[in-house]
Amino acid sequence: MPAKRTLRRRRVPAALLAPAAIGLAFLILPLAGLLARAPWAELPARLAEPEMLAALRLSLLTATAATALSLLFGVPIAWLLARGDFPGRSVLRALVTVPLVLPPVVGGVALLLVFGRNGIIGSWLHERFDITIPFTTTAVVLAMTFMSMPFLVVSVEGALRGADLRFEEAAATLGAGRWTVFTHVTLPMVAPGVLAGAVLCWARALGEFGATITFAGNFPGRTQTMPLAVYLALQSDLEAAIVLSLILLAVSVIVLASLRDRWTAAP
Amino acid sequence: MRARATLAATAALALASLAACGSGDEAEAGSDGTVTVFAAASLTEAFTEIGDRFEAEHDGVTVEFNFAGSSDLAAQITEGAPADVFASADESNMDKVVEAGAAADPDTFALNQLVIAVPEGNPDGVTGLADLAGLDFAACAEEVPCGSAAQTALGDTGLTPVTYEADVKSTLQKLTLGEVDAALVYRTDAIAAEDEVDAVEFPESAGAVNAYPIAALTDAPSPDLAAEFAAYVLADDAQAVLQAAGFQHP
Repeated sequence: MPAKRTLRRRRVPAALLAPAAIGLAFLILPLAGLLARAPWAELPARLAEPEMLAALRLSLLTATAATALSLLFGVPIAWLLARGDFPGRSVLRALVTVPLVLPPVVGGVALLLVFGRNGIIGSWLHERFDITIPFTTTAVVLAMTFMSMPFLVVSVEGALRGADLRFEEAAATLGAGRWTVFTHVTLPMVAPGVLAGAVLCWARALGEFGATITFAGNFPGRTQTMPLAVYLALQSDLEAAIVLSLILLAVSVIVLASLRDRWTAAP
Repeated sequence: MRARATLAATAALALASLAACGSGDEAEAGSDGTVTVFAAASLTEAFTEIGDRFEAEHDGVTVEFNFAGSSDLAAQITEGAPADVFASADESNMDKVVEAGAAADPDTFALNQLVIAVPEGNPDGVTGLADLAGLDFAACAEEVPCGSAAQTALGDTGLTPVTYEADVKSTLQKLTLGEVDAALVYRTDAIAAEDEVDAVEFPESAGAVNAYPIAALTDAPSPDLAAEFAAYVLADDAQAVLQAAGFQHP
């Protein structure tokens, strides 16, 4: 009897299995469509193209920089939203998720209005220090950070809310300072949430298109990331676009899978 | 002001043609139905007006438009979208549709030429391509029609834009937002934005003129109306609308 019960418990209920299968098919079939249309013979030639490599390198570099910035600023935001006690917290939480709702192109225009040559901050930077942000790699990183940081904040905030407060209280009663509690108790407890958030954030940044092309423009080697290269290839050559997107997909899957292995292998 | 004048003209024309319809044989040519036109985004303003005129002259006929980038439209048509007419902003996208067997014998109905768009009042005193040296300017990417024209026009001047935009509207937007000092765009786009930008003509653009072909599609759901609309675009009335928008007669 008990053995049977555990067996039954492990089996996925049919009511979940069917929608899961349909959902998986929906997520995977478009990828299969791309794979079916891909001109595999073209792949080696594409991989050797210096422009493609430059775009891929730029994409990986900027998405990683955007993730680092998001961690640096997003984790504190998440802490504030989960643990802070101040009026207007729910309004603030809604504001943080604005980039998720905003059409990316509009996000790009919004960034131009702030950091552009005539923008609120941009005009000051331009006149005072002769710094212009649009059309630079910095602009790519800013656009990606703007669009992807909310994913990190939402996921870390969820983890913080789920964490047991008693551990932090215990550490505090044992004499740990607030910073020590944060770094030695809170962060390790929510590490899986932070990791999941960082992965989401990196993936979103890697695929970022609309805000990037609007705010940073498109210049090979400087602001042309893979999604931009794919979009432009799509204008003239569907098959080239498919090859480029598959390369981007493969690289991101390899990076994410190897990261996951490293983390789960660790005790 | 200009919009009101064209509106009045359209209304007058509509009335006149309605009267013509009432008097006789015109009604037979314009049998009831819908004609679906897939047209390049740069044709939005001109074709909307041409469509209104066509409807006014053909009783019971509705013109439906799908405006998008020519390459998107070409892909939709070759994938079997139910369209009657295709008007492309360049020959290569029309060629794709013809090669796929979805259209035959396209006609060129308009030409579009590049200009240098500058902020209103031309603060940098741009008079030609050479003046772009030292300025930040935007152009379209080579993969899209306005970009191949820009590439030809720039030739071996050694001038490089700060950004290669994905379409002509975003190229112009970089200028209207003040992020660049100049932009290489079609004359039609500069005219559409004449409240904000001035257009500087330059001789090098003559060698990089884009031809706009139109064709009734082979699998058109309304083949008669398709042929009629394509012919209408080539005729004087529609040509006048196109020229007012800044296109040139082929």
